[in-house]
Order: sequence, then C-alpha cells, then structure tokens
Amino acid sequence: MDQEYITNFLADEDDRVDGIDKVTGRAKYTADHHPENMVYGVFVTSTIARGAIKNFKLNEAKDAPGVLEIITHLNCPALPGYNPWAKDPKKKGFEWRGLKPFHQNLVYHYGQPIALVVATTWEKAVKAASLVKAEYINEVAETDFNSLRKTESKLKPSGEYKRGQADAYKQAEVFVENEYYMPVETHNPIELHATIAQWDSEDKLLVYDKSQGPKGTQSELARLFGIEEKNVRVITKFLGGAFGSSLRSWPHVPAACIAAKMVKRPVRVQLTRRQMFTMVGYRPMAWQKIAVGATKEGKLTGITHHAISNTSRYEDYREGIVNASHYLYECPNVNTSYKILPLDVNTPTWMRGPGEASGAFALECILDELAYKLNMDPVELRIKNYAVLHPQSKLPWSSKFLRECYDKGREMIGWSGRPATPRSLTENGKLIGYGMGGGVFGAYRGNATVKAILTQDGKLTLMSAVSDMGPGTATAMVNIAADVMQMSHKKISFLLGDTEFPNGPTQGGSATTSTLGSGVNIVCETLKTQLKEIALGHSLFSGLTSADLVFGNDSLYVKTDNSKKISLGDLVKSSGKPQLEFIKESGPDPAVMQKYAMNSFSAHFIKVAVDSSTGAIEFLKVVCTGDGGKIVSPKTARSQMIGGAVGGIGMALTEEALIDKVTGKYLNDTLGSYQVPRHRDVPFIHTWFPDLADPVINPMGSKGVGEIALIGFASALANAVFNATGKRLTELPLKPEKLI
Amino acid sequence: MEQHDHSCPGKSRRDFIKKSTALTAISLTPIAVVKAGENHEAIASFFEKTPLQMEVNGKTVQVLVDPGVSLLDMLREQLGLTGTKKGCDQGHCGACIVHVDGKRVNSCLTEAVDNNGKKITTIEGLADGDKLHPVQEAFIKHDAFQCGYCTPGQIMSAVACIREGQANTETDIREYMSDNICRCGAYPNIVAAIREAKNSGQKI
Repeated sequence: MDQEYITNFLADEDDRVDGIDKVTGRAKYTADHHPENMVYGVFVTSTIARGAIKNFKLNEAKDAPGVLEIITHLNCPALPGYNPWAKDPKKKGFEWRGLKPFHQNLVYHYGQPIALVVATTWEKAVKAASLVKAEYINEVAETDFNSLRKTESKLKPSGEYKRGQADAYKQAEVFVENEYYMPVETHNPIELHATIAQWDSEDKLLVYDKSQGPKGTQSELARLFGIEEKNVRVITKFLGGAFGSSLRSWPHVPAACIAAKMVKRPVRVQLTRRQMFTMVGYRPMAWQKIAVGATKEGKLTGITHHAISNTSRYEDYREGIVNASHYLYECPNVNTSYKILPLDVNTPTWMRGPGEASGAFALECILDELAYKLNMDPVELRIKNYAVLHPQSKLPWSSKFLRECYDKGREMIGWSGRPATPRSLTENGKLIGYGMGGGVFGAYRGNATVKAILTQDGKLTLMSAVSDMGPGTATAMVNIAADVMQMSHKKISFLLGDTEFPNGPTQGGSATTSTLGSGVNIVCETLKTQLKEIALGHSLFSGLTSADLVFGNDSLYVKTDNSKKISLGDLVKSSGKPQLEFIKESGPDPAVMQKYAMNSFSAHFIKVAVDSSTGAIEFLKVVCTGDGGKIVSPKTARSQMIGGAVGGIGMALTEEALIDKVTGKYLNDTLGSYQVPRHRDVPFIHTWFPDLADPVINPMGSKGVGEIALIGFASALANAVFNATGKRLTELPLKPEKLI
Repeated sequence: MEQHDHSCPGKSRRDFIKKSTALTAISLTPIAVVKAGENHEAIASFFEKTPLQMEVNGKTVQVLVDPGVSLLDMLREQLGLTGTKKGCDQGHCGACIVHVDGKRVNSCLTEAVDNNGKKITTIEGLADGDKLHPVQEAFIKHDAFQCGYCTPGQIMSAVACIREGQANTETDIREYMSDNICRCGAYPNIVAAIREAKNSGQKI
C-alpha cells in the first residue's frame, strides 16, 4: 500500500469553518436537540410485503408505562395533503408524494411504518411498540427482480432513444456485447434519519429535520397540513451524511408532525438502523444489456444499451441509467431503452450519481472488453472517440477537460506498466492488473438567494437556507467570499440550515457550489459597489473614481497609492448605518445556458494485486481524476473525491442488500451484515483535478465533483481485475470466490 | 435487584423489601384497582429507577436511570452530552465510542447500570478548555471528516488506539480503527491524522 501522505498541507485558510464544532462534539445534528417537554415516537413496521392490515390489538401496548398515544390509520387525523380533492372535487390540490403514513390499511412493502407509539421515554416507546399486534390479510408478494424482469408485461417502458441506425454494432468490423447486474445499494449514512416536530400553535410548526433541502421540506409540510409556508420553520444545521437519501421527506417526517399535533408535545422520531433499509430509499437493482461496435481502428460505429431497474408498487422511480451512452463518446448510431419493474418493495431514490453511476459500470466495462478485442489500449480507445461537440444535442461543451484527466491519470498510475495481455503479470506471487473507468454527470446551476451583512467591526456574515451533508458548503462559500471581497477568511462566516434564512437550493446534483456560490458572488459584488460609493464620498478619496479603487486585505485602497486606504469596517461606520445589508437572488441566464452542454467528467485508474488462491483483491494504487472546473476549496474537493472513491469501493466490492424472494424482507439489514467499506478496506487515494475554470457556467467557473467522484470507479476496478486475472466479472459486488 | 454499592442511597436491604412488597402488592391487585390508584405510573416509575454515581469528563454526576437504558442514551438524553452519537445501537458502527476507565467502549452495548462508579470520558471531555487535543487538531488539519457525525467516535477510538499502542503502522491503524465506520469515506485522512498525532511527540 502506498505510504505517501500530504503533510505540507494546504493553508489553514482551507480548514473547514465548522471543523471545531465537529471535532469537539458541539455540532448539533437533528436528534441532538431536546426541546422542553419532548417525548419519543417509535415506529411499528409491517411484517408482510403485500396486503392489508385486518386489525390491530393495541390494549397491551396502550397500557404499557409511559405511553401517550398510538397512531395508526384508525385514528390518524385527515390531512389536506392526503386528500387533494377535498377542497374542490374539480381541482386537485397538493398531494403528499409517496407513502402517506397512517392513511390507509394497505401494505406495500415489508418494513412499512404502520403505527407510531409515543411515550415519555425512548425505552418505554420501544417496549410498547413491541407489544403492538397487527393481523394482516397477506397476499403473495413479488420481489424477485432477476426472474420477474424477464416478463415483458410486468415492465413499464420509461424511455427510448435512437440516432442513426438501431443495433448498428452488429454490422461493425469488431463488436462485443454483455449483460451487467447490480443489486440494491443503500445509502446508510451514519446519522440515523430523525425528525423533531413541535407545534407552537394550531398552525405554527417548527421542525428539526435531516433534510438536504430545508426549503423543500418547509414547502411540503406547509402544504400537507394546509398552513402557510412562513409558519413552518425547518432547521438542519448539521447533517450526518445522506448521499441523496434526504432529498425528499420520507414517511417518518410527516408522522412526527402528526404525532406532535395529537399529543400536543414536541415529538422526536429516529429510525433504527434496520428501518434505514425500508423507510427511506436506496439505489435500485439494475440489469443492463449493452453492446458496442467499432472499426478495426477503434472508431465507434454503434452503441446499443438496454436497462431495467426496479421501482415500488406505489411510485414510479426512474433514473438516467442509459444516458451516458447517448453523449459520453462520439458515435453516429446509438439506440437505448429503459424500463422499470414494479415490485412489492419500498421506493428507490437518488443515490450519489443516480443513473450514471449504474450506467457507467456497463458502458466502461464493455468499452474495456472492446479494447481487448481491438488489441487497443483502453485509454487510447476513449481518446479515439473523444466527443468535441455533445453527440446528442450537437452543442459545444461549456468546458471539457477530460483529456487532461486521461493523460494525468495514466501518468500517475504508471499506466505504461499495464500488460496488454490479461493474467500475464505477477509480483510477490500475486496477479497484477491495471484498469480504468470514466464517469460523467450533469453540471448545473440553479437559483439561490443570499443575504450579506457587513458590520462596523469589518465582519461579513452571509446566510442562506441550504443545508450541508458533508461536502463543506460553508467552507466553500467563505472561500468564494474571501476571494471576491479580498478579505481574510477569519472575518467571514456563512450561516445555513434554517428556513428563516433566504431561499437556498437543495444540496444535490453536485450543483451547490455552482448555485450558491453564484449567489455569494453576486451579493458580494453588490456590497463592493456600495462600499466604493461610500468611499468616494470620503475626503481621502476625493477626485477619484470607482476605477481608481481596489479591494485588498480587508480594506479599500487607491490602486496607485496603497498608503491611502480605509478598512471595510470603517467604511461601514462612515456610512452612518450600524451595518450594510443586502439580499440578492441569483440564477442562470437561460439564453446563455441553452447554448452549451454542461458536464463534469472523471477518470479513475486502479492497480490491483489478486491472490489467485483466495480471490482476494488488494488495491496497490488508486488514482481519481476529475474535471469539476475551477476548484473553489481544494481541501474539501479532495475529500469529496476520496469519499466518492470509497463509495465506489463499496459499490464494487463490499455492498449488496439482499431481499428475500418470498417475504420481501431485507436479509442483511444491519451495518454488520450490509458491509460498507471500513478502514481496512480503503487504501490511500490519489486525486487530481485539472482545476481549469469553466468560462460559462457561473462566476467562479466551478462545476461540481461530488458525484463524478464515484461514477466510473466500479468499472475501473472490474477492468483492473480482468487485466490481472483474465476473468470478466459482470455482477456487482465483485466476488473473490469467482476469481479463484 | 442486586446490590453492588452500599454507598448508593435507596439500595439498603430494607428498601429492597419495601419496594418488592409494594411491587408484589401491585401485581396481586386487580388491574382496575391499580389503575384507579393515583400516581400509579409515577410510583412504578420511581421503583424502577436505579440511582447511579459516576465520573463523567472529570465531574462526579449522580443520575437516576430506568431499566435497560444504555450508557449512550444516559449520556445523550439525561446528561445532555450529545457529542457521542447513536449510529446503529448494535455495536457495528463505532459512532458511540467513549472511554470507560480508560478503555474504548461501544456505549450502545453497555447498560448505564453496569457503569456505576466508573470513569467516563466523552468527546466533550477531550479538549483542555479551549485547547484542542492533538488528535482533534490533526483531524482538522487533515480534513479527517466531512459530515462529522462519526467524528466523535473516530476521535475517541483513535486516542485509545494510540494509547493502546496499536497505531504504530498504517496497516495497524487501518486494522485497529475498523470498528469505526465513516460513510463519507474520510478514511485516508483519518489515518493521516492519527499518524501525525502519534508521531507529533505530544502527549496523547
């Protein structure tokens, strides 16, 4: 394993602004709050996968010590969002999306919340919940993805694409085809999903929630209960990882609010680790069939890509599994199809790189197979088919530094050491192999509103309602502000995680730095304009114009004479106001955005040693390169890239959630049996970014790396394993026993 | 009801007899009569609680706990020390790791009553006032966290790992820190932080 470490680390300026809170235990996550008079809610979940609840026996539970209420479909109050036609039979109002907790007696999946026991302590609620008895009408459940996907009539068509000729690969000089499969993968962040609901009056709700989008949660809850949005406050100051599982409100969120309303006390609910498998979403199972054809020289002539993933019975969940095949590589003939298979399971959801992460496994592995058949280097094959214009839209990319990633990546891994023939290199009795896999994801910019306050002591406070699940939003925003204002980091703070702050975006789609950073940029520019105006009224700067002044070192200077300066704090003082305050909204310019394709790209390179007697796979070197435009915060961006690689190790090597084919129960629903990567599984991860600004997307030139960090990793590993062993594994996770 | 510590109030033999008599009386009485009695819940609740005394982060604390309360939940819900986190309640993730009499322990797996008279250190007790512990400082420097939720457990585990003498090589660090899961994947940075703290020459 590689012993190299970066010890001359980046400047202290790049340390996370919330670092001290996190290492001292001061940071408060949702369940760390304890409002006065708070009580505890514990869920009872279904033990069948399909059917209905015939009746409940609640007497024993109700008599248990400390029990205040037991909520089921029998006593749950009517909510506007549960019956969207109630107000007007002709006009559908807001409808709560997904499972409506305690709305009906129907059971859609194993582990569905069917009752909530509220008691004075958590232990008493747990005890009482164990005494709740439900009698079911049990129907035969369908949960076997791999056999049911073969029945066409059970599938829901979800999109087809074609350019040029369908199945053109069959006429190519060289072609390969294969099928790839991946099981359910779960987010399972270490923070258990939790919500605390507190009604301050009949129509005023305070919620502490584990939300990736406090404003979104605020809006959903307001409309669910038919109250005004401004009367709902959502707080998410710290969020213990989500990876997409907090992009929407799961049933426990409204359940907590319902319980609090009924017992007239604040109620905290916190999912158990087992409930983290069935009460929130997951990355769906996916089966893919893919074929690629090329000329003898390696020019792609046809890509055909079919995919099927699962959904639930009560919602259609879709993701862009086949999309990268449309546009990652130059190819005149592409046809794809995507279908979803409803099963008696809980609804899947977006998980780090949704769609593309699954699709990249098939695409990047089949290209590796093609490379061998062409007797061509896999990186050269990608370069040969490098798209300059977006092959689907024919638009130019706003920026694309993928070529730089290929070149630097293969240099860093020592790609020249890769044998062209699989299973031909050994070292210390182990089989050695090199593999690479690429990734792509959309680069977005949305709308954000940021408030800036500059006080007389020269301190700048910025705020927006966004939350941060770990990437380091506040840190990146402080970096941006420090750069725009030419101020010291120590004088800037960024407040987040409260819907009392201006409208912040949901943290997802790798778009937060782009979206929120633009807001910070714009509000700071506005502040600078005002500061210059104030300065020009000063005798020190008389006779000068705005162009003569420049910001630096927390002050405003005369460009040609830097002894003439006023500190920003003093400028505020001289304005006569206690503070300068601005709120600015920012968003993309559609006229500009529609002229370009915008994506982030990655290229992962892995060197492995495989023990042929045990099949054990050891990482010898891992290099992850990513084009995310300009890197605003080097320390946190590097950590994001590493985190994605670790997610990739899980996806490729250790994680699979198994669902029983008869009962629909998860068979390995603990962190002891669902294996996420641990310290011993993870080597040093080398990272590299071209760090070149995108000239179009936003003022910082920053595109986002959170998801491309993971996309492509699994195929890089599978390809390395093939190079080492000559065995092509097409199912995730890669199993050592198949390499013996 | 066992008697570990005679210095604890309410644990005398007479009290035991008094309480068990009352409990027997309650269990033999028709339910309707029992329910009709005032403060039934409060009486039963009181009888169930066990008084404990322990040292937490250098301070002596006395606390009454219900049966079955884990050390983790006692720290978080009754003492307001929410730095230690609940990640699984099953001993798989390490987020709940604290020091009990100097050893790292999954506080979700031990009951509060089993820690009577012991010396507990949580993440809140690691720093010396405003001065961070070398491991805490190293974690910040090496960006050894992202969301920060597993961090208190990682740090308490890391401090113990170093003190145990199990942080001498990177292989050792990775192996002996494998009780602590980091889903954000900060592992390489955590290893770097532990390595630096251990080699810093500072007292760990």
